[in-house]
Amino acid sequence: MHPFKTFEGRVCPLDRTNVDTDQIIPKQFLKRVERKGFGSCLFYNWRFDEKGNKKKDFVLNKPEYAQSSILVARDNFGCGSSREHAPWALQDYGFRVIIAPSFADIFYNNCQKNGILAIRLDSPRVDELIRRGATEALALTVDLEQQKLSAPNFAEHFEIDPYQKEVLLKGLDEIAMTLTYEDEIVAYEKQHEAVVH
Amino acid sequence: MKRRNIIEKIWDQHLIHQEDGKPDLLYIDLHLVHEVTSPQAFEGLRMNHRTVRRPDRTFATVDHNVPTSENRETKDAISKIQIETLQKNCKAFGIELADIYSPHQGIVHVIGPELGLTQPGKTIVCGDSHTSTHGAFGAIAFGIGTSEVEHVLATQTLWQKRPKTMQIKVNGNLGIGVGAKDLILAIIAKYGISVGTGHIVEYTGEAIHNLSMEERMTVCNMSIEAGAKAGLISPDQTTVNYLRGRRFAPKGAAFDQAAQNWLALASDDGAEYDRTLEIDASEIQPQVTWGTNPSMGASINDLVPDPESFDDEEKRQAARKAIAYMDLKPGTPIHAIPIDVVFIGSCTNSRIGDLRQAAEVVRGNHVHEGVRALIVPGSYQTKKQAEAEGLDQIFKEAGFEWREPGCSMCLAMNDDIVPVGKRCASTSNRNFEGRQGTGSRTHLVSPAMAAAAAIQGHFADIREFTAIH
Repeated sequence: MHPFKTFEGRVCPLDRTNVDTDQIIPKQFLKRVERKGFGSCLFYNWRFDEKGNKKKDFVLNKPEYAQSSILVARDNFGCGSSREHAPWALQDYGFRVIIAPSFADIFYNNCQKNGILAIRLDSPRVDELIRRGATEALALTVDLEQQKLSAPNFAEHFEIDPYQKEVLLKGLDEIAMTLTYEDEIVAYEKQHEAVVH
Repeated sequence: MKRRNIIEKIWDQHLIHQEDGKPDLLYIDLHLVHEVTSPQAFEGLRMNHRTVRRPDRTFATVDHNVPTSENRETKDAISKIQIETLQKNCKAFGIELADIYSPHQGIVHVIGPELGLTQPGKTIVCGDSHTSTHGAFGAIAFGIGTSEVEHVLATQTLWQKRPKTMQIKVNGNLGIGVGAKDLILAIIAKYGISVGTGHIVEYTGEAIHNLSMEERMTVCNMSIEAGAKAGLISPDQTTVNYLRGRRFAPKGAAFDQAAQNWLALASDDGAEYDRTLEIDASEIQPQVTWGTNPSMGASINDLVPDPESFDDEEKRQAARKAIAYMDLKPGTPIHAIPIDVVFIGSCTNSRIGDLRQAAEVVRGNHVHEGVRALIVPGSYQTKKQAEAEGLDQIFKEAGFEWREPGCSMCLAMNDDIVPVGKRCASTSNRNFEGRQGTGSRTHLVSPAMAAAAAIQGHFADIREFTAIH
């Protein structure tokens, strides 16, 4: 996993609550056995009509957001299915940061495992970013070390769990780290081996 | 000693390592695997020269994209590769696979309990959000992403932040014709789809205690639809009776010992929770969803709501979008909504009890003209049981399709798709846009309500329907 330190990018406002992972990547694209190449399927049914033509009014299809890399949405982003294809698609499309007032638990974890920074921010601040993102070319700087977001006339501290911050900053291989606890895992198993299967 | 709830008891039992500033390192007792969310995890193991630590605590099946046609041949080349990849991976890493022609094949959340793999007190994970189903047995069971699947394969553990605990207390009893599905849909309609975020929920109360194991699975299954990490129910004699004699359950004296341990896991009297919600079971009516998330639901005798009647702008906006997508008119009686497709199946409602309820409604009736109605049993074992009871005959004579087990039209990864613009009464768990096929429209209901809709061609109050027919 690539370490995440500071990042600067253009905001793409997605003015929706409860965006579920079925919308982020519909099921017909879950059949592949690779991790890469899902960007073209991102928000497929919102981006494309039945004939595969781009829907002009969907925010990602507007030319001014073509290079955006920070997605800002409303409450409970990523609810529903556990499919990690959702963060894979967001990342492959070019998003490195997602900002919302709240995230569904599994999606939030899945972002973390892929080096995507999911930031929880108060609703009024999210609202501000969505409104400004819709009317101006809003460039936002994200400093994970300092836990700071900044843009012209905008500065905000954000909270993140210290462990998750460390994993992201260092781009840690979590499995390799867990394997250093091998002795404790073995000891646990010896003590609890009675459990069948 | 502190009075603990079952969530705290199981969590504490599975702690391997705890330190300040870190999540807990938790042992995982059972890892269920399926074809869609595992290939990249196995590939990750190979790339890093790692192996599966405990194949004996791992069990796999194919369910998400398998065809439900009689010959079970996958026409889709990409799905075929995905299924073959799981076969190869299970063989290479020594994992038992309930493959497509196995008598144990079925939806992963149906076969786990059927085989007795699911047991009280276990930590259970699977790369599927409906893993919460297994909580019905008094287990901590939750869905994980593919990276975590890889982590569990390699280490049999997960780093997990201790979740908050929530009690949902269901007082009183459900009325006649009102079932577990109506109960969980009513809870979600009342409290919303993110009420459980960051929590594990324990369902308690008289109505919960009186549910069968299959009904408890329906309730716990949809915990994720309330945003909860997991949902569970303290084990009792109903739990113990269900597990006795199952393939992976302990045998003989070991079973009796296990049963004692299981019963001791139940939450202590007076145990505390971070949050408690309550609902009165006797007030719950048969439910039908009208919108594009599971909280957008109503009672059968209600009307499609007016989006402008909601109290905040976000809700109004969401309701407007949902009603437009669903092509409904505010003020329409729910029972008057016509339907094109009926799907009885999914990890929520495809067990033998669900099929018996549906068959009771269907017996002697016929599917309405122009309606396509499917029954997709949750597993081979369920299918065989239903056939032994003659339920398949009742369904087939009424004009239902009787199909092979799998996830099928719940998420339409195989050929079982609701066509564009068509409306489906479905016993599944999600009514998201396009869930059952691009442009499809889903109304979530109980098996009995789905069966009645198949016969009427529109929704019907199952209580009146049963009285007339």
